[in-house]
Amino acid sequence: MNLCFLSTNITSFVTDPLSHEFMRKALLMSSLVAAVCGFLSSYLTLKGWALMGDAVSHSVMPGVVVAYALGLPFSLGAFIFGVGSVALIGFVKQKSRVKEDTVIGLVFTGFFALGIVLVSKIKSNIDLHSILFGSPLGISLSDVKQTVFISLLVVMLLSVFRKDLILYCFDPRHAKTVGINVLFLHYLLLTCLSLAAVVGLQTVGIVLVVAMLITPGATAYLLTDRFDNMTIIAVISAIISSVFGIYLSFWFDLETGGSIVLVQTFIFLFAFLFAPRYGIFKFKKLFSNY
Amino acid sequence: MDKLNYKSYRIEAENICVDYHGKVALYDANLRLKAGQICGLVGMNGAGKTTFFNALTGFVNISKGKIRINGESLKIAQQDQAIAYVPQSEGIDCQFPVSVWDVVMMGRYGSMNILRSPRESDIQAVKDAIDRVDLMELSSIPIGNLSGGQRKRTFLARAIAQRASILLLDEPFAGVDIRTEKLISELFIQFKNEGKTILLSTHDMIHVREFCDLVLLINKTVVAYGETSEVFTPENITSTFGGMSPDVSFGPES
Repeated sequence: MNLCFLSTNITSFVTDPLSHEFMRKALLMSSLVAAVCGFLSSYLTLKGWALMGDAVSHSVMPGVVVAYALGLPFSLGAFIFGVGSVALIGFVKQKSRVKEDTVIGLVFTGFFALGIVLVSKIKSNIDLHSILFGSPLGISLSDVKQTVFISLLVVMLLSVFRKDLILYCFDPRHAKTVGINVLFLHYLLLTCLSLAAVVGLQTVGIVLVVAMLITPGATAYLLTDRFDNMTIIAVISAIISSVFGIYLSFWFDLETGGSIVLVQTFIFLFAFLFAPRYGIFKFKKLFSNY
Repeated sequence: MDKLNYKSYRIEAENICVDYHGKVALYDANLRLKAGQICGLVGMNGAGKTTFFNALTGFVNISKGKIRINGESLKIAQQDQAIAYVPQSEGIDCQFPVSVWDVVMMGRYGSMNILRSPRESDIQAVKDAIDRVDLMELSSIPIGNLSGGQRKRTFLARAIAQRASILLLDEPFAGVDIRTEKLISELFIQFKNEGKTILLSTHDMIHVREFCDLVLLINKTVVAYGETSEVFTPENITSTFGGMSPDVSFGPES
């Protein structure tokens, strides 16, 4: 009796939201975005680009605003400012004695502030809240097209240059020695980062998009010693977080972006505590004798 | 592939200078090595040993001077897979999720297609290389689970798989076990007989006497260069180490 009641409850927990068009779209698009960001996150965590990811994702803000104001695809503006911020970071670092992490912090907050000021000055229908915190429930049709296109592009680039990018993250000097164009790979990874930040900010917003770009990779890193498995785990954990986060936000009326990232963080915490080999409690020791 | 021409130089570095953001790391350095020669690169920490390697691999740009590899430019040498670099363990992220096999396969990337999909010949080259460093049983193990010596052998296998004619080794004997040390020593003799050119940096004076035909003493620039028996004198070594005697022994004969 009780059990029957529970199962009906769970079924409706899952199926009720699916009766809404906006929820189906949100679930689908967020899963796609999560998969792309998760895919990329396995490279970024190994390359040590967490701060870079944070910088790029914040720096795209003025690009988004300007693109909206000019009626251009917002991804174009975001992309230009994302790559531009990194170029500027490199330039300032090279020409001054200020340390790199200081330069990164300095440049991205500058861009971010510019974005906020622009939103307040340019009279348009930009919703500051949806840029900062994401709006997966209100994705428009043109956004869907852009997101699908960018996602496919990033996945294609990461797949074609997969082995080169792994080598670039692992041992760039060897890559250079055997005649592989390291500078190209650097900008390729940067381009993918900017593009992923652009699609990611729709679901969780600028403030939290860096979580999409590093947390799944960090979780996967604790669970495996194989790069391929790491990518698969990162993608799966990212998709699960997105779906579960959206459900939580639907049923308990929570901010969607925050819910998604919180679920990601909990999955990381779980791996941190219970990962068989690298967790705090090494369960492998209990189960096996090696 | 490996043209054995004992007359021409494998490595020619002429008056090379390297600076990082205006700070001079190496200046007016010269080096000429032929096929089948083993040269020891000796100097203090910060004397420019790694910088020298970086310049020869093209990882940093030289601000002055000229580098010719097999008579060609560095770019052509890179495309020809002429140079292999065996890094110091500290220069590598040991926790990176790749296996021994993966790392050795990276030695073949330069001669593969854009997707880096291995051909039969690449697989064979990787197998042979892993076999030569005696790591066959561990080939599927992640490098994070290896000992320092096994990791060193992995990177040596990568250089073998690359089939380069020039090997650059940064501290090949640092932090390795006796077995690995013996294996590397044997490989050096084989490489020499195969006509490979080897440049290795080391802190250990005994190794220099043992393997190196030539020695290059540097302290931001070349202090002395020549046959080990002539150049590797206590006076030269003392001046290389800036007036201080090195903290390692000279071996029983001195």
